[in-house]
Amino acid sequence: MNDADSIVELIPRLRRYARALAGERASADDLVQDTLERAWSKLHLYRRGTDLRAWLFTVMHNVYVNQLRASRPTAPFDEEMAELAQPVRETDTLVLRDLDAAIRRLPPDQREVLLLVALEEMSYEEAAGTLGVPIGTVMSRLARAREKLRAMLSGLPPSGGKQLKIVK
Amino acid sequence: MNEHKAPLDDAELKALSQGLHQLYDPVLDEPVPERILAQARVPHGRWRAAAIAAGWVVLGLGAGAIAGWQLHAWRSNVPPQAALPSFVKRAAVAHAVYSPEVRHPVEVAADQEQHLVTWLSKRLGVKVQAPKLDGAGLALVGGRLLPGESGPVAQFMYQTQNGRRLTMYVRAEASKNRETAFRYARDNNISVFYWIDRDCGYALASADLDKDELLRVATLVYKQLEQ
Repeated sequence: MNDADSIVELIPRLRRYARALAGERASADDLVQDTLERAWSKLHLYRRGTDLRAWLFTVMHNVYVNQLRASRPTAPFDEEMAELAQPVRETDTLVLRDLDAAIRRLPPDQREVLLLVALEEMSYEEAAGTLGVPIGTVMSRLARAREKLRAMLSGLPPSGGKQLKIVK
Repeated sequence: MNEHKAPLDDAELKALSQGLHQLYDPVLDEPVPERILAQARVPHGRWRAAAIAAGWVVLGLGAGAIAGWQLHAWRSNVPPQAALPSFVKRAAVAHAVYSPEVRHPVEVAADQEQHLVTWLSKRLGVKVQAPKLDGAGLALVGGRLLPGESGPVAQFMYQTQNGRRLTMYVRAEASKNRETAFRYARDNNISVFYWIDRDCGYALASADLDKDELLRVATLVYKQLEQ
């Protein structure tokens, strides 16, 4: 299989991740398109035999971070850009649209880590490799994301002890 | 999951994972928009062109350069070199001339880094930056403006705690869209890694660092410039 075929096969995965990352459909597809464009121009840097998907996710991460920088030049990426205002609702059950809203309100760096681990099912090592950060950073971002999600989804302050629960 | 203490316990991870899949898996079944397919089907020719441009000297470490993955695929059986690009030769000479300097290694020292970078950017007509190489044990000494083949070029100098030096030679590229992979060359006893990335050509030169060390630094530099 050549590179073009392999990349085409991975598009649905890229689109899913982009949708979760960027939210709205058009901007998510823009992100995928920009990622592919960049991937082609950087393909000579891809090391054959390594995980193409992980490489493309890295490219997407870089494109995404650049877009964030361009759109919000004064907000450093690692800062809490999307500080939570108030809990989504007072309940200990979680419905999907609350989860969607809560994910959207996470700072982008925490959202990325959470999605790579929970949606893309990467190990912490793989997520660290994809984002180009140390594994400790992955873990601390994940811990912070979890605290925020708990607060938003349960109506409790971040130290609250309620378990996250999904009701289908 | 692994030996690290998990920030999420298994039940939480599973609950989250299920929720996320329910939310976003439907995207997998959507028809892929034509504009994306068109972008993905970028012609064979382009891949081949990239492969040829990269040539046998491609280290295959681009993924590593971007993601910080392992670099042990470095192959040392590099065939004899074709003539070096002239800017690489100049970078090696500039390294040989300035790196032994004790009193005047640079024109503008690192304590005026902001001024240095602004000044060099202005003279070269492209945005240049002095990468942070503390991760490789290298501190910025400073930089200078030099005459290149057809205009001004910049040289940044770095050194380790025990005085081993490396220089980064930067020139503006006339054709803005060229890109090459990392290439390695040796000129006398000076090792050089060089590449072109859009509007700048870069050459990292050192007589003190060995090839592997230099490669690590090149990777670090590339990664920072990429951002």
